[in-house]
Amino acid sequence: MTTGKPLDHFVNETPFDPYSATKLTPDQERFYLSSQWRLMWLKFRRHKLAVWSGLYLVLVYLSVVVSEILAPYAFTARHTDYIYAPPQELRLFHDGEFVGPFVYPYDVSLNMEELRWDYRENMAAPHKLRFFCTQDDFEGARYAFWNLFETNFHLVCPAAGSQFFLLGTDRLGRDILSRIIQGARISMTVGLIGVTISFVLGITLGGIAGYFGGAADWCVQRVIEVIRSFPSLPLWMALSAAMPVNWSPILVFLGITVILGLLDWPGLARAVRSKLLALREEDFAVAAQLMGAKPTRIIGKHLLPSFTSHLIASVTLAVPSMILGETALSFLGLGLKPPVTSWGVLLNEAQNFNAVALYPWLLWPAVPVIMVVLAFQFLGDGLRDAADPYK
Amino acid sequence: MLDYIIRRLLVMVPTLLVISMLVFVIIQLPPGDYLTTLVQEYQDRGEQIGEEVLAFYRDNYGFGEPMWKQYLLWMKGILLEGNMGYSFAYEMPVSDVVGDRMFLTILVSFVTIVFVYIVAFPIGVYSAVNQYSPGDYALTFIGFIGLATPNFLLALVLMYLANEWTGASIGGLVDDHLRDAPMSWEKFVSVLQHLWVPVIVIGTSGTAGMIRRLRANLLDELHKQYVVTALAKGVPPKKALFKYPLRMALNPFIADIGNILPEIISGSAIVSIVLSLETTGPMLLRALETQDMYLAGSFLMVLALLTVVGNLVSDLALAFLDPRIRLGAEASK
Repeated sequence: MTTGKPLDHFVNETPFDPYSATKLTPDQERFYLSSQWRLMWLKFRRHKLAVWSGLYLVLVYLSVVVSEILAPYAFTARHTDYIYAPPQELRLFHDGEFVGPFVYPYDVSLNMEELRWDYRENMAAPHKLRFFCTQDDFEGARYAFWNLFETNFHLVCPAAGSQFFLLGTDRLGRDILSRIIQGARISMTVGLIGVTISFVLGITLGGIAGYFGGAADWCVQRVIEVIRSFPSLPLWMALSAAMPVNWSPILVFLGITVILGLLDWPGLARAVRSKLLALREEDFAVAAQLMGAKPTRIIGKHLLPSFTSHLIASVTLAVPSMILGETALSFLGLGLKPPVTSWGVLLNEAQNFNAVALYPWLLWPAVPVIMVVLAFQFLGDGLRDAADPYK
Repeated sequence: MLDYIIRRLLVMVPTLLVISMLVFVIIQLPPGDYLTTLVQEYQDRGEQIGEEVLAFYRDNYGFGEPMWKQYLLWMKGILLEGNMGYSFAYEMPVSDVVGDRMFLTILVSFVTIVFVYIVAFPIGVYSAVNQYSPGDYALTFIGFIGLATPNFLLALVLMYLANEWTGASIGGLVDDHLRDAPMSWEKFVSVLQHLWVPVIVIGTSGTAGMIRRLRANLLDELHKQYVVTALAKGVPPKKALFKYPLRMALNPFIADIGNILPEIISGSAIVSIVLSLETTGPMLLRALETQDMYLAGSFLMVLALLTVVGNLVSDLALAFLDPRIRLGAEASK
């Protein structure tokens, strides 16, 4: 045997670790040991669109709390000199010089040929917008915050004695931007209240059907079938037409949400039912039964938690249909009635086609509707994907 | 198969009965009835309504009787004489008022369904086969917008655009001078010319939903092992797509008629109000507002019937096409 050159391949000197294949990195370990909800959060976070949508919705709901402050004008303010004023353009530069956000004031003249007001921007002097203003020097500055106390604090407001109609005005000279901000309050709550009603109904009835099966199941199934075979909109129309005309607008608002909620539960009930049907055969459910647990306890404590995440996802996906339903009803004039203001009520002004052709900015309230519905849809999709983190 | 059809038909009967009761209760909900509205109207004009008119309404329509008696009277008319009641506002039997409009509603709904299928099918297949491609993202995004936009808004915007670009009015279903003309070739062509707007408007949300479902189903199917095996064996990709996975993914296309039909009828109700089509929508709205109860009730009833029949058709077609359902139904006998 000759001793020649060292071997030309690498030999690892460290002792062999027989567990190397099964050993987890700290990251993996954290992942495998984390709870179900944490896993869901990790999975949900990867769905960027859903995260942003969720943030957006949180912002919208927060804005609902302080709508009056965000709006440049008091909600009831009418600018009778500016009927159907088109949107004012927000500008930054005057004469090539940076001034900060400002608008040009309108010169108003009556167009006798078409019998309408003509608005032309007066480029002479910029009217700078003010921020965090507490002055009383423009029309519609004072308002009652949540109808509780009177104040005049606005996040943004026009220059003294000037106007700021970012999205134009309507037929009574009300600022559309302020009205949209106000409408968010009602439109967003309709969805929440309606979904709560349908959620309670859906879980109860779906739970009864799924857990007990047999006759109860049959009955619930038939009810679902009947409700689902109605085209929803005509049914909503009929029910809201049935509300007495002398009801106060607030009562009508409650009535509409109840109607929307009452007719929307079948989808949720079906989901709960099919899940329960599968789950009640599981060993842990049978064990609980054998130990004498009552049905409400078994359903509430053992079965529901195993698909809470799915429920949250379905509820999120149910909100848009509520908002769209309210919008459609109010648009037709069968839903909410002024002075209650929702996006649908605002769109009701745009029902007349001639109005839309002449004053297309009346359609602006549709934009928040679409954005909110899209956000709920994305959020719901993200939640649904995250609902089953083990997949 | 015959057994299955008969059983399916029998199930419809109680459903329809319950629906009819529900409809009747709903249209009775508003306080007062058409008679009080009528008396009020006469009083507003400073006239007295004739006692014989009141007696006529009471005798024939059971005003003032308990609700169940009025219901039985109504049902008796429908079942025995095909008479759905009397429209007080039009002073005509309901079936005369409804007939023409019902036909147009069915026409619009049918064409819309065809539109949904024709559009959704290629797009759904494309986005499933090219998952996560830019095209898929773009189409998915458009689909989302379609889902989120209220129908009536789309109608308004389309009307606005058509008015801006061509100056033409696209409202209505036929040209004005043909509105009261009897059905003729000319009228038919005119209807076709007007039909595309409502069809697109009503169809968008249904199409968007359909694309999403077809895409999801086809994706599930494409990831199954038999497809992988087929591709590994060297089956051409086109054949490996069309031969089995696509057929499997088509099932919901038919099963979904039951979901899509109510959606389309709902959509058409509001869209036709915006576009002032001569379908059921505007008339239903007016009937509801004036408490013309038999007219409103009949509309609701017929719309629900349409959906129930649509469901029946989809179930039967499904049983016909999918041996698993057909055999499952027979095995459970």
